[in-house]
Amino acid sequence: MNRRDALSRVGLLMGATVIGSEFFLSGCKNTDKKGGSELSKDDIAFLDEVGETIIPTTSTPGAKSVGIGAFMNMMVKDCYTDENQKIFTEGIGKLDEASKKKNSKSFLDSTPEQRTALLNDLDAEQKAYYKSKKKEDPEHYFKLMKQLTLLGYFTSETGATKTLRYIETPGHYDGNLPYKKGDKAWATS
Amino acid sequence: MPGDSTYVNNKAAAKNTYDAIVVGSGISGGWAAKELTEKGLKVLMLERGHNYEHIKDYKTAPKKPWEFEHRGRVTEEQAKKNPKMMRTWGATEAVIDAWANDEDAPYTEIKPFWWWRSYRLGGRSTLWGRQSYRWSDFDFAANAKDGIAIDWPIRYNDLAPWYDHVEKFAGISGSLEGLPHLPDGQFLPPMPLNIVEIDVADRLKKHYNNQRHMIIGRAAHITAPHPGRTQCQFRNRCWEGCLFGGYFSTQSSTLPAAVLTGNLTVRPDSIVTKVLYDKNTKKATGVEVLDAATNKTYTFNSKIVFLCASALNSAWVLMNSATDIWPEGLGSSSGELGHNVMDHHYNIGASGDIEGYDDKYVYGRRANGFYITRFANLYGDKRNYLRGFGYQGGASREGWSRDVAEMGVGAPLKEALTEPGGWRIGATGFGEILPYHENKITLDKTKKDKWGLPILAMDAELKQNELEMRKDIVSELKAMFEAAGVKNISTWDNGHAMGHGIHEMGTARMGKDPKTSVLNAHNQVWDAPNVFVTDGACMTSAACQNPSLTYMALTARAADYAVAELKKGNI
Repeated sequence: MNRRDALSRVGLLMGATVIGSEFFLSGCKNTDKKGGSELSKDDIAFLDEVGETIIPTTSTPGAKSVGIGAFMNMMVKDCYTDENQKIFTEGIGKLDEASKKKNSKSFLDSTPEQRTALLNDLDAEQKAYYKSKKKEDPEHYFKLMKQLTLLGYFTSETGATKTLRYIETPGHYDGNLPYKKGDKAWATS
Repeated sequence: MPGDSTYVNNKAAAKNTYDAIVVGSGISGGWAAKELTEKGLKVLMLERGHNYEHIKDYKTAPKKPWEFEHRGRVTEEQAKKNPKMMRTWGATEAVIDAWANDEDAPYTEIKPFWWWRSYRLGGRSTLWGRQSYRWSDFDFAANAKDGIAIDWPIRYNDLAPWYDHVEKFAGISGSLEGLPHLPDGQFLPPMPLNIVEIDVADRLKKHYNNQRHMIIGRAAHITAPHPGRTQCQFRNRCWEGCLFGGYFSTQSSTLPAAVLTGNLTVRPDSIVTKVLYDKNTKKATGVEVLDAATNKTYTFNSKIVFLCASALNSAWVLMNSATDIWPEGLGSSSGELGHNVMDHHYNIGASGDIEGYDDKYVYGRRANGFYITRFANLYGDKRNYLRGFGYQGGASREGWSRDVAEMGVGAPLKEALTEPGGWRIGATGFGEILPYHENKITLDKTKKDKWGLPILAMDAELKQNELEMRKDIVSELKAMFEAAGVKNISTWDNGHAMGHGIHEMGTARMGKDPKTSVLNAHNQVWDAPNVFVTDGACMTSAACQNPSLTYMALTARAADYAVAELKKGNI
């Protein structure tokens, strides 16, 4: 079963929201300890910029505005296995190395265009990796960063109410709502 | 008398003596308490877990999604406490702690078994899936027709008025379909199918000559005003407890009614360790309780006992009772106590894309879906296995968490995810599991739980009939989706561990003969006629419909009978 099926299955079956499904691929299955180590302030600032490159400010706020770096730090610390914490943390250095290799400068010194080009490369790399990844193979750090960015952003108050649509108490169900291109998606299902 | 009972009736409490004791406060226990108190009995309801008050204790229900620190994900700390719940979808930030955990209440898996328990007031009635279907005589007569196990001692006509009774009070929304195999009931207005589901249902009807029925799920959600409750608001946060009382639970429905009579005492933190049995009168005299908080033991006396502790736990109580007379416990003289464990097998289905409908979307979060009713082995249809299955599913447009394969990062990705994706449709089968004597639970006396009590060992599995059915579940769904124009269909069968369907049944079955059944036609234990078992334990076969509505009807029927017998002096 691929991830898409997992999503459909969970969402449709149980009337549950997609939140809590297998989207969070490196789910909290660790069993030994509460909370891992904190990332440094510099790392969090770095992740803010990575997140902002994945979900930039457009007509609506970007990922940096929701504190995506701090969110990633918290999630990695509370919910990641030791193995994935290591992959994620080491990924920060790997990402910067890749930047130096591609753009001859660190990620933070790069222009927004250079940052985007780099992360598009890394995204293509992780997608290719997952095509042949076996279950026991380790996760790819950029997959984790992208996932946490999308999760943290679209479930934030800004993401849910400014970028997407959210209604606390819908009151009724309409299964035939007119839709035109450009209308926003609902934040939760 | 301990002072922590709620809704205390002081006069009765003074003597620790009641007319009736109800063990368990879930769907069945709530119904037993309501029916018995409304008929004038002084009732003690015992719940092994803590108190969990309607609305007040639904702590997360008012939260905005972004107010969940981990946005729905469980932490390592939670995972550590409950590794078995991490196997599946119960593991979300809002509800993971609602399930009984393995540290306090372990069980032994001789064969894989997923046991979902909620030890707090209301049991699983605040966590259930709310799908509510009547059974028919295709189900009640199935064992007799197939020569499987034993015959049910009742037929649809025995239960029909009680289905009416419980549906009217619980509030079941659904559509009238006139299907003999899925009888209509006393329904509130149905929730709507969405536009894609309506069209798919129509295509199936045409393609299969009106022999395949895809209907809106019949759900225990009130869709019209109902006394003391507010109708479903389509928030889809049911598991966190409904602030509106929009769906049936003990808390929203049966408990307030029972409290209103002034006849109910509820005692949380009360683990019933045994039914007390008097071998001279051949009747129960009450129950023994271990206080889960203080570890002190108490005795409560009553004229009748209703065991509604859930299928496996009611059997566990019986196994621990009257062992001086029957070493395997009260009700074991038939040799069937703890045997014939059933569930519904699922975790199998298909999904795909629906093209078109780009100009359609939905409003509201409908905690319900479609139901494709059983067709296998009905009306002349014949398969290479017995019985049948239904499907539950839904169609919806994908949201921000979808995979956008062609997108990398940046503004194009953000813009794409800001709009809904394409329509997807998916469904999973729910199949009948036959009662097999060798599928059983036993006491594992080598291990103890937090309270020093023996634990259960699970030894049950799917067999050939179910495995053959699973192949058919996938191929029929794929064929139906193809016929309905679904594209890019993918199928899955992730296997089924017993218990995963959360429809455990059969461990103290009803029957016509004390030699082959634990209970008679009125849910009385053959060996102790003032003890009634009305939860999933009593089921003689499993059908493929979700069973809770049938537990409600059986419980109300048994309560009516018990009070009548009590008045006649027969028990």
